[in-house]
Amino acid sequence: MKEKAKILDQEGINRAIMRIAHEIIEKNKGTVGLCIVGIRNRGVYLAQRIAECIKKIENVDVATGALDITLYRDDLALASGQPLVRKTEIDFDINDQNLVLVDDVLYTGRTIRAALDALIDFGRPKSIQLAVLVDRGHRELPIRADFVGKNIPTSNKESVEVKLEEVDGADEVVIVEKSGTCGKGTPC
Amino acid sequence: MVWTKKDLLGLEYLTQEEIEIILDTAESFKEVSTREIKKVPALRGKTAVNLFYEPSTRTRVSFEVAAKRLSADVINISTETSSVRKGETLIDTGKNIQALKADIIIMRHNCSGAANMLARALDISVVNAGDGWHEHPTQALLDMFTLKEKLGKIKGINVAIVGDISHSRVARSNIWGLTKLGANVTLCAPEILIPTGIELTGVKTSSNIDEVLKKADAVNVLRMQFERDEGTAFPEQWDYYRRFGITEERLAKAKKDIVVMHPGPINRGIEMSSEVADGANSVILEQVTNGIAVRMAVLFLVSQAREAKK
Repeated sequence: MKEKAKILDQEGINRAIMRIAHEIIEKNKGTVGLCIVGIRNRGVYLAQRIAECIKKIENVDVATGALDITLYRDDLALASGQPLVRKTEIDFDINDQNLVLVDDVLYTGRTIRAALDALIDFGRPKSIQLAVLVDRGHRELPIRADFVGKNIPTSNKESVEVKLEEVDGADEVVIVEKSGTCGKGTPC
Repeated sequence: MVWTKKDLLGLEYLTQEEIEIILDTAESFKEVSTREIKKVPALRGKTAVNLFYEPSTRTRVSFEVAAKRLSADVINISTETSSVRKGETLIDTGKNIQALKADIIIMRHNCSGAANMLARALDISVVNAGDGWHEHPTQALLDMFTLKEKLGKIKGINVAIVGDISHSRVARSNIWGLTKLGANVTLCAPEILIPTGIELTGVKTSSNIDEVLKKADAVNVLRMQFERDEGTAFPEQWDYYRRFGITEERLAKAKKDIVVMHPGPINRGIEMSSEVADGANSVILEQVTNGIAVRMAVLFLVSQAREAKK
């Protein structure tokens, strides 16, 4: 893996998250019936950060949850190595809620497809909206994000790595030359 | 560390890390059973066959529920009504099931080592649901999962296993698993029901239940398998209850939060009193619930390992 360019630093990430928080409140006309669910692993921390920003803006606590999509992957049978199954933690009712799904990088759209299937097993939200820190293009499914931190046109040979303090010890988004097979820079 | 085995035959053959992978994976799967829609698509299109040469309700149903919650198709073969009655060998039965393109055989057999033999003969996964007096790995795994949930850890805890150790595959699997994870195990039974030389596995033995209970963080009470009584080895039922039965009086002298487990089915008034079975320390029904999560984890891991090898 060779680092090619740094796209966002800590301040850039903070600003993007704050703007997404504002946009979520604006689109949903407040925070009534709003909940946020992050996709494991890094989406969970982004979801929490968005909730913290909403708390700062509106002084309201929005329910947040964590979703593990491993069991819903369309490539489970082909997965190289062994995917680790982690916990899904959504301890609130998602029925009739405006649910914001959060992930770090939007790429092929297959993770989001799996996440939608998983969420529907938990209930029938009024709406599901998608927030991502980075949209890097190359969609393979008809899926788009409602809230985007940064659009980054990439080549398929590159990989976008989102690093977060909670997982990686530092906040940054970088483009690297790909060596493995996984598009998102995370172990498949 | 990843799981690479296509079969689960016994805890004797697993490392500490492999046991921990199963327990950790099971923790993630436990949540699935709390949903309104208790199903995930992980094993969609896979077929699991329950092949039971011994009567069993709870283990068979638990495996069936686990497989169905993973979206696998489940076929139950009862040997009473199958070609086994016409003299078909175990390997032939297994190869026929494999030819049907099933993916996993979950087998209970009265002969120790039957699962190992079948696993060697087949490419598909074999999960041991109990073989003779040998092992019952998923029962021990769910016992350990429950202990971890209740006590926060396995390492360093004192576990007493009480009852018919000699005839118990549950005891053997628990001994392998618990000692590998660093628990202190004491077997407590009439001397005649403790196999000679069992101390070599690193466990202690005792015939004094009151002394054992004083130190125990958890007590796993085995079922007295009177159906295996050949007329000599077993104490009288009333005598066993008097000397080893877990009663409220005995429990009053134990640690206040002692965890009371039983693999079921319970003989009330023989291994333990009804008050204890239904009491505050009993986690017997939680064991049943946890059994589903553990078996889901096992079915998922063995099929993933087999896919990876293709």
